[in-house]
Amino acid sequence: MENPKATTVVQLKGITKKFPGVLANDRVDLDINSHEILALLGENGAGKTTLMNVLAGLYNPDGGEILLNGKLVQFHSPRDAIANGIGMVHQHFMLVESLTVAENIILSLQSNALSLNLDRIKKEISGLSKKYQMPVDPDAYIWQLSVGEQQRVEIMRLLYRGADVLILDEPTAVLTPNEATELAAVLRHMANEGKAIIIITHKLNEVMNFSDRVTILRAGQKIASFLTAKTSKEELARKMVGRKVLFHLERSACVPGKAVLKLENVEALNEKGLPALRSISFQVCCGEILGVAGVAGNGQRELAEVISGLRTVKKGKILINGEDVTNCTPLQAIDIGISHIPGDRLGVGLAPNLPISDNLTMKAYRERPITRGFFLDRDQLQVFAKNLIQTFAITPPVPETPARLLSGGNQQRLILAREITANQGVIIAVHPSRGLDVGATESVRKTLFEQREQGTSILLISEDLEEILQISDRIMVLYEGKIMGIAEVADITVDEISLMMAGQPLEKFNHELPADGLKT
Amino acid sequence: MDNAFIISILIITIRAGTSLLYATLGEIFTERAGILNLGVEGIMIMGAATSFAAAYYTDDAWLGLATAVVIGSILGLVHAFLTVTLRADQVVSGLAMTIFGTGLASFMGQRLGPGRTTMIGLQSPSFERFPFPVLNKIPIFGPAFFEQDILVYFLYLLVPLLWFFLYKTRPGLKLRAVGENPRASDSMGINVARSRYLYTIFGAILISIAGAHLSLGYLQGWAENITGGRGWIAIALVIFATWNPVRAVLGALLFGGINALQFRMQAAGTTIPASFLNMMPYIFTIVVLVIITWWEAFLKRIGAPAALGLPYVREEKD
Ligand SMILES: Nc1ncnc2c1ncn2[C@@H]1O[C@H](COP(=O)(O)OP(=O)(O)OP(=O)(O)O)[C@@H](O)[C@H]1O
Ligand SMILES: [Mg+2]
Repeated sequence: MENPKATTVVQLKGITKKFPGVLANDRVDLDINSHEILALLGENGAGKTTLMNVLAGLYNPDGGEILLNGKLVQFHSPRDAIANGIGMVHQHFMLVESLTVAENIILSLQSNALSLNLDRIKKEISGLSKKYQMPVDPDAYIWQLSVGEQQRVEIMRLLYRGADVLILDEPTAVLTPNEATELAAVLRHMANEGKAIIIITHKLNEVMNFSDRVTILRAGQKIASFLTAKTSKEELARKMVGRKVLFHLERSACVPGKAVLKLENVEALNEKGLPALRSISFQVCCGEILGVAGVAGNGQRELAEVISGLRTVKKGKILINGEDVTNCTPLQAIDIGISHIPGDRLGVGLAPNLPISDNLTMKAYRERPITRGFFLDRDQLQVFAKNLIQTFAITPPVPETPARLLSGGNQQRLILAREITANQGVIIAVHPSRGLDVGATESVRKTLFEQREQGTSILLISEDLEEILQISDRIMVLYEGKIMGIAEVADITVDEISLMMAGQPLEKFNHELPADGLKT
Repeated sequence: MDNAFIISILIITIRAGTSLLYATLGEIFTERAGILNLGVEGIMIMGAATSFAAAYYTDDAWLGLATAVVIGSILGLVHAFLTVTLRADQVVSGLAMTIFGTGLASFMGQRLGPGRTTMIGLQSPSFERFPFPVLNKIPIFGPAFFEQDILVYFLYLLVPLLWFFLYKTRPGLKLRAVGENPRASDSMGINVARSRYLYTIFGAILISIAGAHLSLGYLQGWAENITGGRGWIAIALVIFATWNPVRAVLGALLFGGINALQFRMQAAGTTIPASFLNMMPYIFTIVVLVIITWWEAFLKRIGAPAALGLPYVREEKD
């Protein structure tokens, strides 16, 4: 698929970037061509974001140089990069939520004019909007927009400034499959116009479908570059992780034991006081994984929270091994044996400023040997932490590192390590592999599988259908807080799941419901 | 109640509200850039002391005002240097500024008079009230609003200007963005540190002018603890104003009004103890703060700049 019109726009030469204790980029060379989409691939913490931040002027490299159209350039700030036509859409959007779309776009214009020129700018936004088929309302406030729309604003902003090199950091991680397809079309359109596009992604399918070229980073170094047409998913995964990756886990047949977690007609409200869960009844047996599918915001988070004691149950009952645990406190939930892997890693799962060791012991600290009466035994705590760091291969293996400095994959390993050691029978896992590379994803799923093997009941909440299909024994679909159906994985097709996700209960899967709810 | 009475109440209301408004506007602009400056009380009293001394010795109120501007910018620069460059805790730096400012100003008050004596009782040239042509002829409103000193007239201009700047111009937009999301602002090519320096200094200048209006306009003289907690009230007013310069006017008038009322009641010889009357503005501050916070929380929009009080470091993850 090599484009004859492609010319090299940017050359990175020997880029090196150090952070305290990590070599994030190690003498990386990279050529970026016009008319092309380049995919940057690599494990969590491989240094992809860092490399692109260097190119976007956000980080100062410790070594190496950047050539723009053959000329040496130095960026001291994002401002310099922007002035040279290089723009980046960050993993966490860089938008000011309290301002409107138009205002956010004006902000990034390097103009010293006093007047806002709102009308002219709105007109130009509409023009671009049409040209690239990216509908955005210039008067909407950012906080009113969906994630997909916010992303359009980010891209629009780069286009508005006339960026020739566009970098997108994990753009599809937050998009629905439909939105991702639309994005792909927009990117292709821009590449055909002569822009150079770089996307970072963990989804190998997207690399194969989106890109013209792939470059793989591992542990800060460039490992390989391919023409996308001349490689395969398997080869990419192997290069990236350094070993063969299993896309299919061997699953043993599910031998469900007795019902462990049981919900009966549970109802709950969301933050706005509106019903989030409506008469939810289901059960999860010993040694079983129940996957919960659904479009984001249909009650999944609330479901996880009522079970782990973080949200009040308005009506109905939650039972664990027959014991009523409705509206127990989070501490009681922990004591009963419920482990919660929350979807919001930094907000709920971790204390970002505390070291790895303290985060790991956040559940175990209440008991011996870590606690001795009133006091903590720091030595025991270190031993405990080092043990888990080793078992779960958390990098960097330094217990003193603050959790916020870990890459996404390692933050997730940390949470898994803590929750699985505390596990006594029930795990609630929310988006356990979101944002993780193929290797880390595989290890998370394997870990959950091992737990199932040992008789744990697992409730897996995920927006990734592939994940649900791969590891669940049964699937339940939520829509607007209601159960659309529960089925054995083998009995249901993707189309049927999609229908239910869109709000259509299917008769043939519903017969299970009352039985589940009423049988004691 | 006759007109003369209403007019006299209004006049005091405005005169008492002026220094509060200067200080509130200054703090609004500082906080909009994401910097919390709890040094208002200290900067204000330093402005009052230095401007009074300068006016006394140069025999020129304008030179007094200019001194307040210089002192304000120096203190603003110090706060900006500590919090932006050295990333010191903003609360600690601000409190230090207040403690340092009140101490130094009180010392100056005792020593800056002729022959190292006290400044209390000295008379300096001051900003006198003068009728503003034409407009002062409007009934009631005219004598109340347009027979004031130059610093008050200047405010009439400043408030709409600041409002327009904040909401209708590009630099104003950038200012709002810096306080909301410095990381995003940086990635859009805005110089975060420079804006924070600029608006901390600008804010401190206004705060210092607030002090100058106390000693050269409203009270016309030096007194120990001349600010009497007005700096703290201004900080509360910023919240009352929800960081909007126009709403700050409302707050300043309200508090000026309470001052005027307290004045009047004392003059009329009420039986309410004076110390209780003196407490009124502070009690009212607390009440207003509680109500506002409740109300805004109820509306789910507190409106504080999201990054207020947080240092920003580019290469630090957050
Ligand atoms: N600002 C920072 N301060 C300290 N360490 C950092 C910083 N940014 C990144 N790192 C470290 O540098 C390494 C590379 O991180 P980077 O974010 O570039 O990885 P990545 O390839 O983008 O990973 P992911 O797929 O999880 O996004 C990691 O070990 C990370 O912990
Ligand atoms: Mg990254």
